[in-house]
Amino acid sequence: MDITPKIETRDLNFYYGRSQVLKSINLVCAEHHVTAIIGPSGCGKSTFIRTFNRMNDVIPGARVEGQILLDGENINLPAVDVVELRRRVGMVFQKPNPFPKSIFDNVASGLRINGIKDRAMIEDAVEKSLKEAVLWDEVKDRLRENAFALSGGQQQRLCIARALAVKPEAILFDEPCSAIDPVATAKIEDLIIKLKKNYTVVIVTHNMQQAARVSDYTAFLMLGDLIEFDKTEKIFTNPAKRLTEDYITGRFG
Amino acid sequence: MKKKKIIQLLGFLVLRACLYTVLAIIFLFLYDIGKKGGGAVSWEFLTQPPRRGMTEGGIFPAIMGTFLVTMVTAVLAIPLGMFAAIYLNEYAKQNRLTRVIRLSIRNLSGVPSIVYGLFGVILFVNIFRFGTSILSAGMTLGLLTLPWTITASEEALKTVPNSYREGALALGATKWQAIRTNVLPYAIPGMLTGTVLGLARAAGETAPIMFTGAAFYLPSLPRSLGDQFMALPYHLYIMATQHHAIEQVRPLAYGTALVLIVLVLSINMGAIVTRYRMRRKRRW
Amino acid sequence: MERHFDEELTRLNEKLLSMARLVEESVALAVKGLKERHEEFGRDVLEREQDVNLLEIEIDELCMKLLALRQPVASDLRFITSAMKIAGELERVGDLAVNIAEVSLELLKVPLLKPLIDIPRMASIAQSMVKDSLNAFVNRDEKLARSVCERDDEVDCLNDQIFRELLTYMISDPSTINRAVGLILIGRHLERIADHATNIGEDVIYLVLGKTIKHHIEEIRREQETP
Repeated sequence: MDITPKIETRDLNFYYGRSQVLKSINLVCAEHHVTAIIGPSGCGKSTFIRTFNRMNDVIPGARVEGQILLDGENINLPAVDVVELRRRVGMVFQKPNPFPKSIFDNVASGLRINGIKDRAMIEDAVEKSLKEAVLWDEVKDRLRENAFALSGGQQQRLCIARALAVKPEAILFDEPCSAIDPVATAKIEDLIIKLKKNYTVVIVTHNMQQAARVSDYTAFLMLGDLIEFDKTEKIFTNPAKRLTEDYITGRFG
Repeated sequence: MKKKKIIQLLGFLVLRACLYTVLAIIFLFLYDIGKKGGGAVSWEFLTQPPRRGMTEGGIFPAIMGTFLVTMVTAVLAIPLGMFAAIYLNEYAKQNRLTRVIRLSIRNLSGVPSIVYGLFGVILFVNIFRFGTSILSAGMTLGLLTLPWTITASEEALKTVPNSYREGALALGATKWQAIRTNVLPYAIPGMLTGTVLGLARAAGETAPIMFTGAAFYLPSLPRSLGDQFMALPYHLYIMATQHHAIEQVRPLAYGTALVLIVLVLSINMGAIVTRYRMRRKRRW
Repeated sequence: MERHFDEELTRLNEKLLSMARLVEESVALAVKGLKERHEEFGRDVLEREQDVNLLEIEIDELCMKLLALRQPVASDLRFITSAMKIAGELERVGDLAVNIAEVSLELLKVPLLKPLIDIPRMASIAQSMVKDSLNAFVNRDEKLARSVCERDDEVDCLNDQIFRELLTYMISDPSTINRAVGLILIGRHLERIADHATNIGEDVIYLVLGKTIKHHIEEIRREQETP
């Protein structure tokens, strides 16, 4: 199997105030693959993927050390244009967070933010993104309706469409199904697997079965340490580390 | 068991009694003013200037003055208050300094209004040489309402979920873009209502305008912001305490009081209704 | 941390062990009946068959239930899948013991072709393989499991030897064919029992290490990767 590293961290440390949240993490997220990050609550997994699009920048008292390479280029430098970075590395959050606008405007918002004004171009991109997020058929007749009229699962797919609209290279999912019912979750998982054809996907999840279902590689994080990182099938059939085994079999604690 | 229930019952009774007492006082007060001032209020009263040493005629210049001075207040307080709030809530680092600033702002709202009035005299009338004028008075009132405006605006900004900001930032928005497109549209109704409530309070203030621009009596309406003006609260104050024929003008004073109260209440009502509507529209 | 799941896994383990005990006994009885030429032992083997079959089905059902309801991973997953496979192997071993007992009962009706030497040796090796493979399972003993796999060749050799020897009997005197074929079959059954024991050993190695050694798969894959 040929693997091109898309996102790579080298000796990544994250401090929040005086406490160290991530400890010297080395990890490679392969292009066109799904990488899952699992671990107990508070292990730093959300913080970890938020370093990939520098969303931690907004957090007061946060400090990131080490390299984060996107296509081999370090993005953890002050000179890096975070706005451009975040266009390249999209993000879907834990709770669906559509804007209180119409469905259309939600998907278009990223384009407008990035200065695209051409009406036809926006319409085109909105349709394409909604189709890619497998939401088009459900909303095509009510694009002008408020996004809050959608169900939770639909809202999350809308947020995925919104992220796709700006043509990112990678998409980060931060526990995307934790606020969604199982049927909607299955749809989103299916979608995530489809997305890897065109994007690099990184997903944080506290649902191990979800990691097993959608990902190609799984990283297990605990208390800021990367305990184990391997092919998902390896992690779930024969993990190398005792801690991983205890965590995924539920013997933890 | 029974004792607990009795205590609970008594507790409720006391609380309810307190509430009814407050309501009773307010209604008595409004009823008294309504009854005594109602007779004085007429179309003429609202549209005519006072005549014959203010013993006859209406209060039109005072209504006009209050309106104009409130406008000046609004022009100063709304943008300044909103932008200060945006800075404090969105941009400033949340450290000890911002906490001190925030505390100071809250404390300013407790400063007696006469202090603002004297401050306004020094700053606007004397130092800036705006003279006793609508401008000076409006700006003084503006200062008075700023703490309210800033606090209310900040609260409104806080009600916008962080996920809206993050959502926009994650799409490649700059901070200002995120605030402009995904925070302000949802915060502005709240900011405005808070501000309007502050304005309503300013419109009823006497002390800050007494030295900064309000006049006892003017034969004509102000022609510019540099002119002195008559204002409802000050007019009321004069009619009630300083007039040479207090007993004679008492009904007029009551009428003025009624107009002022109705004005302030309707501004408040307007703000509350807007807020209610906006709240119903947004869902998060 | 103790999980409720562990209780269910313990139950599965116990079932598997009682099945293993029954099968082990069957093999021992069949071999004994063959050596001592006593029909009572053969009957005992036949009686046990039903219990073994029932246990296999129970184990299968329990495993399916645990797979569906618990969605086990890692060592839990390996244990349950191994248990299913081992139960299958044990059932086959039980069947073969029955086959041996049946042939032995037939052979009782005729005098012995020759004194039994290689067949008892083969039987004791096969029997020890079954026993050790199950001990390896109980103790998660990967080394013991490997030693079981290594003994398989010995059994295969003995089987060939027996076959060739009996072939010479049959060629020189066709009237021995009936009895010789019976012994050949017994040898064949013992060889199969050893094979199943080997499979159990390989399952144990997978259970312990998470590594497949069956059919020398690692070497084959390595060869495929380097053309």
